Amino acid sequence: MALRARFLLLTGLVATAPALAAGPPVKVGVLQSLTGTMAISEVTVKNAELLAIAEINAKGGVLGRQIEAVVEDGASDPATFAQKAGKLIQQGGVVTVFGGWTSASRKAMLPVFQRNTSLLWYPVQFEGNECSPNIIYTGAQPNQQIVPALSWATAKGYKKYFLIGSDYVFPRTANLILKKRIAAGKMAVAGEDYVPLGGTDFSAVIAKVRAAKPDIIFSTLNGDSNVAFFKQMAAAGLTSAKLPVMSFSIAEQEAQAMGPALVNGSYAVWNYFQSLPSPENKAFVAAYKKKYGAKAAITDPMVHGYVDVYLWKAAVEKAGSFDPGKVRKAAVTLAAIPSPMGPVKLAPNQSLIQRAYVGQLQPDGQFKIVSQSPGLINPEPYDPLAFPGKTCKPA
Amino acid sequence: MDPALLLGQIFNGVSVGSLYLLAALGLALSFGLMRVINMAHGEMLMLGGYLAYLTLQVVPGPLGIIAALPVAFIGAALFGAFLHTALISRLAARPLDTLLATWGVSLILQQGARSLFGAIGVEVTAPAWLDGAVAVGGASLPYARLFILGVAALVLAALALLLARTRIGLLVRAVNQDRMMAAATGIDVRRIDLIVFSLGTGIAGLAGVVLALLGPVTPTVGQSYIVPAFLVVVMGGLGSITGTVAAALILGLVVALSQLAVDVSLSQVILLLFVILFIQVRPEGVVASRSRSLDA
Repeated sequence: MALRARFLLLTGLVATAPALAAGPPVKVGVLQSLTGTMAISEVTVKNAELLAIAEINAKGGVLGRQIEAVVEDGASDPATFAQKAGKLIQQGGVVTVFGGWTSASRKAMLPVFQRNTSLLWYPVQFEGNECSPNIIYTGAQPNQQIVPALSWATAKGYKKYFLIGSDYVFPRTANLILKKRIAAGKMAVAGEDYVPLGGTDFSAVIAKVRAAKPDIIFSTLNGDSNVAFFKQMAAAGLTSAKLPVMSFSIAEQEAQAMGPALVNGSYAVWNYFQSLPSPENKAFVAAYKKKYGAKAAITDPMVHGYVDVYLWKAAVEKAGSFDPGKVRKAAVTLAAIPSPMGPVKLAPNQSLIQRAYVGQLQPDGQFKIVSQSPGLINPEPYDPLAFPGKTCKPA
Repeated sequence: MDPALLLGQIFNGVSVGSLYLLAALGLALSFGLMRVINMAHGEMLMLGGYLAYLTLQVVPGPLGIIAALPVAFIGAALFGAFLHTALISRLAARPLDTLLATWGVSLILQQGARSLFGAIGVEVTAPAWLDGAVAVGGASLPYARLFILGVAALVLAALALLLARTRIGLLVRAVNQDRMMAAATGIDVRRIDLIVFSLGTGIAGLAGVVLALLGPVTPTVGQSYIVPAFLVVVMGGLGSITGTVAAALILGLVVALSQLAVDVSLSQVILLLFVILFIQVRPEGVVASRSRSLDA
């Protein structure tokens, strides 16, 4: 797989690269799960990252050099991610790596990038509470997804919240922040429940939801559990019209796979929706579909992966060097660059300054944008209410 | 405590118990008769789920799920017959090897499903007549769960009739009581093994169909029910059908009632602790099997 991707890119390079390339191609790592349970989500992020690399190569590359992507498979296993990251940096000779999805994979790779003083571009929304100089976090921090969701719900007049999540670090941390914020807003937590990752029995949860009579459910369920949850909610007569659900892990692709009828009317908050009307987004969607098929659904993490490559390119050009330390310092001082999600730039804490959108799922599997944050939101890795006193020291 | 919530959880406990029962019956049958632990039993559930999905592609509409039940039963039973003939009967004298070999089959089937249908799983949409719930004393009993209870009761009744009233049942009981003596009287023991094993995998196939009403059908759908199924078999008193029924209901209620106090994650821990304590106090299980094959 890796070899084939490399071969394709090299042949593409011969066909499209003008003769002005100064020096040999520069290697970058693309490390996502191509097999295992996470493959369904991560393969598309890999596709988006490769699309950005191909586009940049077609326009002459970076600092006059073509980019060669070295694709590795993290195999949905944190230990494999760490091992492949080490391999890419030490043997593959890559100058930076784009990749990771689960928090477990990121936490496993973090020491590898610190030891090798290299740089990882991480594209997925996460629970914050971490700040490494060797990682650029472009996915939403809690205050760019979870907190805007709560602000939207508060503005809608919802007062009683039921929190339900899969039992791992992201839902537990997200709900910790939500509980603090709900209490601070003088509202009520009607209930909180966790289901093992992949769990499919929601009979008790639904009974508790019925008894607690919340105004809205905030769901940090992940993967297969979502389908079971929405099915059993529907079977119990609790449709989105009667009891709205706000999900943090359902994007266009998941909705398509679950069947939009099942999740129709439920809400999600992301920094990007495929339905965003900007010309940059239309061009990106068209380019992606041209390369990977007209039925492809495009999601927030894919766009973050795509934007990561362009941010890296801009930072390299500003630094005039591929050295990870110099690129990192240049990245946080970049001016905003255009992207499918609007103009984006990095904050000094190496996270992305971005807008949050609230979308409501339509029968065609796309989200209708019902609200957006008033302006761009500065990333806060540590929620001031949940983790008082902790800050991210800019390195 | 809110009486409606308590009543609802008792119903949920019975409902979860009926799922455990459908998942565990096949295991109990094949273990009781052959002392074979089939690690690929969970994948028979998965097979049933995917067969339900395929049936609904051919027979859409309200009766699709009814049509899926026999299709999944026969499909899973045929696969069970193949598995038994090709693998398990050849390893009859080596129980540990059966364990490893069926585990391998389980991995192959999971990866096969992943390659054929994709990792994210497929959807079996419940027909409209299973949507909604009936309200009893403030608790809400979803039709889908009542349907599953009905299927479990029918399967149990049919199995009891088969074992008690038919010639096949008589032969099964004979082999169960004393394999060598049964063989000496001219009963084809291998054939009985094959029938019972296929019957067990067929029931697992049915379990797969009803599970598809509650959740997605994924390559790993069987894995989340195989551990409770093993617990039910162990606690029921190895190989006893009455014990299996009692154990499934007890464990279902333990899970559901403990969720009144703790979250779903923690209730799984309580389930395991309960079984460990129960086995300490009563190692022979709910119903002690008095079959002579255990005396050896």
